[in-house]
Amino acid sequence: MISCGIDMGGGSIKVLILNDGKVVGKSMVETELDRLASGKKALDIALQNANMNKSDLDYIVATGAGRKIIDFADKESTTVACDARGIISLYPDVKTVIDIGADEARSIKCDDSGKVVDFALNEKCAAGSGAFVEAMARAMQLSLDEFASFSLQSTKSIPINAQCAIFAESEVVSLVHEETDRADICKAVHDAIAARIASMARRIRIEEKVALIGGVAKNKGFLDSLKRELKVEFIVPADPDFIGALGAALLAG
Amino acid sequence: MSKNIYPTEKLKCWDKAKELREKYYRDYATAHEKGGLRWAGGATASDAIPAGLGDDVYPLTGEPYGASVAVDQKFATRCHEAVEEKGYARDLCSYMRNYWGSILLNEYAFGGPFPKPDFLWQTHICCSHGKWYQEAARLEGGMPYYCIDWSPGFYYKWDDTIGQYQPAPQGHRIQYLVDQMQEGITWLQKATGRPYDDEKLIQAAYNTFETTSLWAQICTLNKAVPAPLDEKSMYSLYVFAALQKSKKEFVEFYRELKDEVEDRVKRGIAALPNEKARIMTDIQPPWGFLSIFRYLETFGCVSIGSFYSFTLMGLWQIEKDGTLNGKETPQSKGIEIVDREQALRLLADWLLSSLMATLFYTHQVKSDMMIKIAKQWRCDGAILHYNRGCEGLTLGVAENRMALADAGIPVTSYEGNMGDEREFDLANTKDRIDSFMESMGLK
Repeated sequence: MISCGIDMGGGSIKVLILNDGKVVGKSMVETELDRLASGKKALDIALQNANMNKSDLDYIVATGAGRKIIDFADKESTTVACDARGIISLYPDVKTVIDIGADEARSIKCDDSGKVVDFALNEKCAAGSGAFVEAMARAMQLSLDEFASFSLQSTKSIPINAQCAIFAESEVVSLVHEETDRADICKAVHDAIAARIASMARRIRIEEKVALIGGVAKNKGFLDSLKRELKVEFIVPADPDFIGALGAALLAG
Repeated sequence: MSKNIYPTEKLKCWDKAKELREKYYRDYATAHEKGGLRWAGGATASDAIPAGLGDDVYPLTGEPYGASVAVDQKFATRCHEAVEEKGYARDLCSYMRNYWGSILLNEYAFGGPFPKPDFLWQTHICCSHGKWYQEAARLEGGMPYYCIDWSPGFYYKWDDTIGQYQPAPQGHRIQYLVDQMQEGITWLQKATGRPYDDEKLIQAAYNTFETTSLWAQICTLNKAVPAPLDEKSMYSLYVFAALQKSKKEFVEFYRELKDEVEDRVKRGIAALPNEKARIMTDIQPPWGFLSIFRYLETFGCVSIGSFYSFTLMGLWQIEKDGTLNGKETPQSKGIEIVDREQALRLLADWLLSSLMATLFYTHQVKSDMMIKIAKQWRCDGAILHYNRGCEGLTLGVAENRMALADAGIPVTSYEGNMGDEREFDLANTKDRIDSFMESMGLK
């Protein structure tokens, strides 16, 4: 069976094609204003990558915040369900998943079959999402990789107290004006986000093993902050931003 | 939409409920035309006491009014903007802002200019109540205002021998309220120039006990599967006790409603014909977006009620085995009220025993009650509201979530505001509901 999962995220769209459970094609494109066009574009790239045509696909499942826009999908499923299904297929002993995307973060508790037992989502505030890291990196005139590397060099803890992304940004600007070391500011940003994510994750009572997925999982500086905050070791899959798409493709089966 | 499995029909008394509610708001607006008086205050303001001034004294309770404004999202937004333009903070109680906004815009949610009350009668039960009408009095250009401090302390205690919360009234606390009520009656006579009729107070007290007990008894009938009532409809029905719990017509309406709901249970009439799962909620909903309840129904999921819709105006007794039942009224225990002092004492004790009021002291009673509701009303899950429009009732929601999850009850939460639509994200909330329904196997 050839199945396809499309994860319509707020920042990027991920497509993954499975042929009898084996990954044969994938793609990631930026989410543009015309989300349906972006979804089609991502699918075309993944199909090219897999050397296939759309007619070769037996089943398409859409997930992510914009899943309902994909009018050519056979089925849609929530991000929470797809994340759980995707991670359990790779790491069957994972009990808790933390997914940090561009505009939303979620923590999910699942059983051995990938069934969701409990979940919590971040509230409307952007200060616990990937978009906040990107905004702070821009404010510091650094790439995301540089931002993460600087963070790892710091040995200081500077609290950012604001609960709101806008106010947090103004605190960062104040730190810049005070000539605070760049590495310390980067770490302070990661620590602040880690504190918010940890608070959300604790709502479902974290149980090990814990997987960290979503684009932010690739940020080693943030990973370091979250490890210190939650005092757990994380499993980070090789392609952490494709787990939702993988789960969607598996749900097709 | 899932398939219908139960018969359903419209509530026979639905139209009467609408008429009664419209008449209540109209009576308030036109009170002066009939030579009557208008007073405004909170839904917990013990309307039985001003009832002693005569049958032509009409109240406007602020919380149901604030909720009515919220249903009209455009009007609510104009109210909030008017309030913010005057310099009030955006994070204050959103009912209060809807009320103040109506004064500032001079617009009544039910048409015409905002009717100015003749006096303000309030109980200070949460952090906003006392200040709400103090400021309203100022905005109205100054008017008589009396406020009873209704926060004498926690009414219940945990009984280890039976493992339940049980009433533990304390004489000095009841006396503290009775003294303020007695002073309030003197004040009412002075403020209105009217004599006070203790017989009317006594009848209003009997009515108060009966409406609030009857509402709890009606909620109890929703233990049946299928549920005869859904929460969205219950919001239109519980409100009478919040409008004027001492009103004779509302007692009669609740008797009629109870008979009808009993009949629905007997005949297996469902509120939701495709009922496959049952959930409960916790506190006030976002009134401008009650469509979320209809969205739940597309999954075959009915909300059977909430800690809020059950206890805000329903008075309960917790039996020794933990069963929740409508509270036995003084009259059903054979108590005959003979004078003002006794009426006030019984009212003080009755209203203090409200389970909703425990939220201002601890989150633990709410957690315990929600677990009881989930079990006794056979709920499959719970949806909690981080209500940014009401600090008092939102305090403890995170602890409630933990307690429910620990009790094995699936739970999710959303963020919103009961009265300020600008703080509610419908798409995001529906997405959470999708995830919750899917996790409950309803998708």
